[in-house]
Amino acid sequence: MRVVVAMSGGVDSSVVAGLLHEAGHEVIGVTLQLYDHGAASGRKGACCAGQDIHDARRVADTLGIAHYVIDAEERFARAVIADFADSYAGGETPVPCIRCNQTVKFGDLSDLARGLGAERLATGHYVRRIDGPAGAELHRAADALRDQSWFLFATTRAQLELCLFPLGAMQDKRAVRDVAQRLGLAVAEKPDSQDICFVPSGDYTGIVGRFRPDALEPGEIVTADGRVVGGHDGIGRYTVGQGKRLGDAAVVAGQRQYVVATDPGRRRVVIGPRDAGTRAIPLRDVNWLTEAGDSFRCTVKLRAHDQLRPALVRTAREETTVELDEPALPAPGQACVFYLGDRVLGGGIIARTAPAGTGRT
Amino acid sequence: MHYLDANATQALRPAARDAVLAALDVIGNPSSVHQAGRAARRIMEDAREAIARRFGARPADLVFTSGGTEADALAIHAMRANRRLIISAIEHDAVRSSAAGAAVLPIGADGAADSDALDTLLGDGVASLVCLMLANNETGVIQPVQQAAAICRRHGAILHVDAVQAAGRMPVDLAALGAHSLAISSHKLGGPAGAGALLLAPDAPFGAALIAGGGQERGRRGGTPPVALFAGFAAAAVGGADDDVGRIAAWRDAAERAAVAAGAVVCGDPARRLPNTTCLGLPGVRADAQVIAFDLENIAVSAGAACSSGKVATSHVLRAMGLGPLAGQAIRVSLPWNVTRANIDAFVEAYPRVAARLRSPLATRAA
Repeated sequence: MRVVVAMSGGVDSSVVAGLLHEAGHEVIGVTLQLYDHGAASGRKGACCAGQDIHDARRVADTLGIAHYVIDAEERFARAVIADFADSYAGGETPVPCIRCNQTVKFGDLSDLARGLGAERLATGHYVRRIDGPAGAELHRAADALRDQSWFLFATTRAQLELCLFPLGAMQDKRAVRDVAQRLGLAVAEKPDSQDICFVPSGDYTGIVGRFRPDALEPGEIVTADGRVVGGHDGIGRYTVGQGKRLGDAAVVAGQRQYVVATDPGRRRVVIGPRDAGTRAIPLRDVNWLTEAGDSFRCTVKLRAHDQLRPALVRTAREETTVELDEPALPAPGQACVFYLGDRVLGGGIIARTAPAGTGRT
Repeated sequence: MHYLDANATQALRPAARDAVLAALDVIGNPSSVHQAGRAARRIMEDAREAIARRFGARPADLVFTSGGTEADALAIHAMRANRRLIISAIEHDAVRSSAAGAAVLPIGADGAADSDALDTLLGDGVASLVCLMLANNETGVIQPVQQAAAICRRHGAILHVDAVQAAGRMPVDLAALGAHSLAISSHKLGGPAGAGALLLAPDAPFGAALIAGGGQERGRRGGTPPVALFAGFAAAAVGGADDDVGRIAAWRDAAERAAVAAGAVVCGDPARRLPNTTCLGLPGVRADAQVIAFDLENIAVSAGAACSSGKVATSHVLRAMGLGPLAGQAIRVSLPWNVTRANIDAFVEAYPRVAARLRSPLATRAA
């Protein structure tokens, strides 16, 4: 069958293209150019295409498959980068990879795959697609360390039907690299990508400041009861649960302090002790990968690298709320993903609540 | 494969291949004193004469280059001096990237440059170098170069003409056009890539060379020349005179009709265009998706200006024509000298099918 493979130029998606080609499918490699690499790296005269696009083309040449570069710069800047900055300015901690998957990768690439008459869209994500009685299901990868299901909760059911994730069953990364070696791919030992792709330096505040300078304006650090205990240099630098960058406010009354909320309207960072967590989490932009029940018990994951927490999910009149068994410090803007065993049932973006101690004085 | 991307490059003509292969075995350097040098020089000068004659210049006024891009860059470098630079809004990157700080000559909705606007621009009497291509690479629209040359000369301005796409596809004669210089490329004519020429009018104010080197080309372009490529260039230029342009135009029209029947818009339609080129906008469908879909049907077409990465950018040409979103939704179909009926039939058959499929996800989402 005809399969479109989203090739990033890394070893994972290269192996996906190689395996599908080896299995006799007509593989069409597509690489999204998400941003001007020359501009992002700050090197004058650097080509707009980075090394990754070059690598993807070389892999396609080695395999003897078709390969195309799609210009998604404008779309990515609007849907992902600007949203990333807006989210920080609004006191949230965004997950740009989720936005990208939701808009550019699975949204636009699904359309392209269908428009080209492809039966499947394959990616190098570490998740498993399992065909159940009610259609395609999304499951955690066999390799728990590499599992990326948390990042894919927003994939729609129609998109999931189109998708293939050949790496979901892989034992570990070594196994993937071994396949790349066997197929003679030059990227076999290429290092894993790190951090956020459009922030190669790792300093995300630079980008936030460029789009939303207000996110880096100074403000106050206050306790939950509204006492001013310090100052900060921009709420865009803070995320709920963070214990760093608190200065003199790091310890209050002998107790170690953490960010428990932000108040972008008054440019305040609210701190409290670790146990000042919350149990109720309101969600927005909820996506279901099953028929949603009124309420059900499951485990949820609040961050990319967090433990699974037992919880009750309630859905009433379009509103979905999660009640954790034990309190935690969920960061607005991050995802709360529902798991039943290895299966992803759905999830949503953690919404902001009225910040404790700041809205009700 | 059905190759319909002649404006990118096209097949080597048999006569050009023969000329290249024969000249490759000549070992001399044309600058050398001995008989081997003379043999090489003879090939080179025969080529110079043939190309100059074909495009209306004196052999002594032809400067061989590595291609059209270098010819454009050399023209601007050598003739800009202290002149103000004015380039049309639809010039190729070969001109645009050598034209920092240039004023822009606007383009009409039909894709042709506005002669009156040029007259107005030059009316201030500032000494100027104007760049206006003879035919556009994306739309094929033929530009009013003869008029522009008359206007430039009336105002004492210099006119450089990028004739890379026009050469071989319409009559091109530097003297008749009245311009000061003309850039030509070998591979667009069906010759080997890596060769081109800048043709100068006798009164062209040529200043310093880009590459002085050993003073070759009368001090206008240094470096030991690839004699064999120039031999192939000349053979292609001469051989191209026999192309059946009428047949190519009729086939281009057939391809165009099929696309229009399936919902396409011809960009630059009412204007006079090259016989081999059509630019087909398909409203709502990204140009890169169209190019990919045709490639999967074994039909080679192109869109906009492809970056070296292969990324297709929105066309500055179509944007300058005021086409709005359609500027990112058009493909270029350009028929090569060796196009066959089967090539056209394949395109005519595929276009409605490809267009319908590319539109279906849009329709699904809108529903």
